[in-house]
Amino acid sequence: MNAPRIAGRTKAAILLFVLFALVPAAATALDDPFFLVIATRILAFAIAAMALDLVLGYGAMVSFGHAAYLGFGAYAVAILTKLGISDIGLHLLAAIAFSALFAAITGAISLRTRGVYFIMITLAFAQMAYFFFVSISVLGGDDGTSLAQRSTLFGSDVLENDMAPFYAALALLVGFYALCSAIVGSRFGRVLQGTRENRLRMEAIGFSPFPYQLTAFVISGCITSVAGVLLANQAEFVSPAFMNWHRSGELIVMVVLGGVGTLTGPIGGAVVALLLEEWLAVFTEHWKLAFGLILVLVVLFSRGGVAGLIEKLKGPRT
Amino acid sequence: MTLLSVRDLRKSYGALKVTDELSMDVAEGELHAVIGPNGAGKTTLVAQLSGQSGSDAGQILYSGQDIMHLSMPERVQLGLARSFQITSVLPGFTVLENVALAVQARSGTSFRFFRPVAGQAVLNDAAMAALAEVELETRAGRLAAELSHGELRQLEIAIALATAPRLLLLDEPLAGTGGEESERLVGLLGRLKARMTIVLIEHDMQAVFALADRISVLVYGKIIATDTPAIIRQDAKVRAAYLGEEA
Amino acid sequence: MTNLFLLQLLNGAQFGILLFLIAGGLTLIFGIMDFINLAHGVLYMIGAYLMATFSLLTGSFGLGLVLAMAGSLAVGLALEFLVFRRLYDRSHLDQVLATFGLVLVANESVKLIWGASPLTVAMPELLAGSVPLIGPLQYPVYRLLIIAAGLLTALGLYLVINRTRIGMLLRAGASNRAMVSALGVNVSRMFTLVFAFGAMLAGFAGAIIAPILSVDTGMGESVLILTFVVIVIGGIGSIRGAFVAALLVGVVDTLGRTFGPILLRLVMDPAAASQAGRTLAPMLVYILMAVILFARPAGLFGRKPQ
Repeated sequence: MNAPRIAGRTKAAILLFVLFALVPAAATALDDPFFLVIATRILAFAIAAMALDLVLGYGAMVSFGHAAYLGFGAYAVAILTKLGISDIGLHLLAAIAFSALFAAITGAISLRTRGVYFIMITLAFAQMAYFFFVSISVLGGDDGTSLAQRSTLFGSDVLENDMAPFYAALALLVGFYALCSAIVGSRFGRVLQGTRENRLRMEAIGFSPFPYQLTAFVISGCITSVAGVLLANQAEFVSPAFMNWHRSGELIVMVVLGGVGTLTGPIGGAVVALLLEEWLAVFTEHWKLAFGLILVLVVLFSRGGVAGLIEKLKGPRT
Repeated sequence: MTLLSVRDLRKSYGALKVTDELSMDVAEGELHAVIGPNGAGKTTLVAQLSGQSGSDAGQILYSGQDIMHLSMPERVQLGLARSFQITSVLPGFTVLENVALAVQARSGTSFRFFRPVAGQAVLNDAAMAALAEVELETRAGRLAAELSHGELRQLEIAIALATAPRLLLLDEPLAGTGGEESERLVGLLGRLKARMTIVLIEHDMQAVFALADRISVLVYGKIIATDTPAIIRQDAKVRAAYLGEEA
Repeated sequence: MTNLFLLQLLNGAQFGILLFLIAGGLTLIFGIMDFINLAHGVLYMIGAYLMATFSLLTGSFGLGLVLAMAGSLAVGLALEFLVFRRLYDRSHLDQVLATFGLVLVANESVKLIWGASPLTVAMPELLAGSVPLIGPLQYPVYRLLIIAAGLLTALGLYLVINRTRIGMLLRAGASNRAMVSALGVNVSRMFTLVFAFGAMLAGFAGAIIAPILSVDTGMGESVLILTFVVIVIGGIGSIRGAFVAALLVGVVDTLGRTFGPILLRLVMDPAAASQAGRTLAPMLVYILMAVILFARPAGLFGRKPQ
């Protein structure tokens, strides 16, 4: 809204991108290839969290089913690879096309509802998709399936080494950040945020919220599916666990932890959440307990997540 | 020419008849005030006319077209705008942005994803014009949340104006304002009279009698009288039901 | 074939009754307190685990059941006091996050206390048999008892909500919380009451299903989302809606899983039918939900969104 605040977030985002760009060098210096693997995962989830922020932060639509799109992206890679189609362009196309369809249909039904209904319906639809993939035995059902190879780029297997997926993910993150920033600052973005602020007022000036919300929902789902393609490539393994409802919850955690409605915040949120998970897992196999406890405490005792804390530290608005 | 024609409008909440076979006509170009005691159903009437809530039965003809089944956004697109009795703005947006959005709603499509909206002159110029109309242009850069009550009432009208309405429904625009603020708003409404048709719901009798071309009196969900201010003042029924109570 | 149909119909009804016991309390919590609680399945799971422990300790099914219910109530009240109470005025988003965190904490805590392997609860001898119904059809006594218990609960809830003063206050509170508070009703005590009751019902459901299902940490999750579907189909805040929707969901799901593959075998080969059946059957309930919500976004008996 206010020019100085937007610039601040963009500066923070650029800082994060630069830090990410330094990771491969750091990984080589520390002689720790796992660092690169984890960073690639973080990048993919950052894309997904940012996409979710588009609907959750800017549109006030609490979608508890976004992990489904991660699954669609991942399974697009798995299914096409099994059929012998390995080109990443086609993987992305399939992922986005299917996600757009799913988002359009489920969004059209879900957006007729509000509040608690909306949250539960998005959860239910994602669960439906989860059960669908669990049931397909040729894809390994519950156990999932490993990929024979990573996606190919114009026929070359350049993605087979660990550097390339990392850079691809980083490039996509930067690209999607630019895209989402443009969307948020556009006419469309203004309508979306206006609807979040005061739906009745928007109707009273002649806007029917539904088409805009549905469009945002579809865009968000499509971007998230790209993250799914990245995750599948990074892990070389795809399973329904990519899209269980815990994942959807984790995505919301990342957005809120980082700061809703900021685009940059969710990127930070993904970093914090995933690093926290990794770090806690070192101590105990019951790391989820600590994670859950931290989550409860954070919600009870702080508002605005990391971005909110930073705002508080910066002092009152000038 | 009759711009708005309401015929036998009915709305009940359970056993309570809030709108009871209400009929009224609004001529194009006039400022038509609707007065009545509290609880008469004035806000419910505005809600039904604007499309915020449905009606149980009756007809609402706008420029000859039956708009009963049109949603609120659809009616706004036809030129039927409203302001709210309890201020309803976008608190996190600036004053200018609030009004610019209203301009945006009638300026081509909003399915534009790439050009920044903040600098679009076609929106900002029209928004500033509306703000100048209500004398709020100096506050254009402030967040709506920072405005005083009186300024918010001005903003309400500016937003409604920005939709370029043909018929403006004003729901108690003077509510909560006093003295200077009221006078300014009355002056504003007087200037707007010439350019559009206005239906003014108000309690402030001074303003009503100063501005209205015709007055309809709403009591218990029914219009009991419609006429010029001079005649309404003298009407025995009206005195008994409303004005008389105040004396 | 008719026998199979009747059998599965009854199984579907029993499953539906179970869902109702959980959904009934939750729909009130959603409707009256506008509180989205992802952790309700936890109470169902705790009920089952406590049943396993107490019935083993006391050697008695009945005593185990009572203690399990009391335990669930205690856990529910503790959670309400420690966590939920602070969330009533927060946004739905905050509620979702906090209760999601609680689910994680609860699942892991249960694994810590009881271990990760599933538990079994012995079915009491007295209730282990079957009774003849129609023709050669025999149906387990225990399942019939579950159905009976559920119907009694439904009746009781209906009477309380619609015929008592407390029920009237609850309905008023669901309609307009601020007004009820302004009238002098202690709203927070009302909330605690509603919550406690919902917790006890959920715990009861977990306890009585324990002898039939295997007791593990996944059980709360699998039932939770179906419970949400039930509430959404029935309409938030409506006991009647929860009852109808629960039976509908239970029957559709059970019959779908049994007869789906059978029907599909009429049009495709057994392997494909089996795969298609396994894929489509679990989806049936969600498709049902989608269809109903498309026609009525507030559910069958819910209030239209303002």
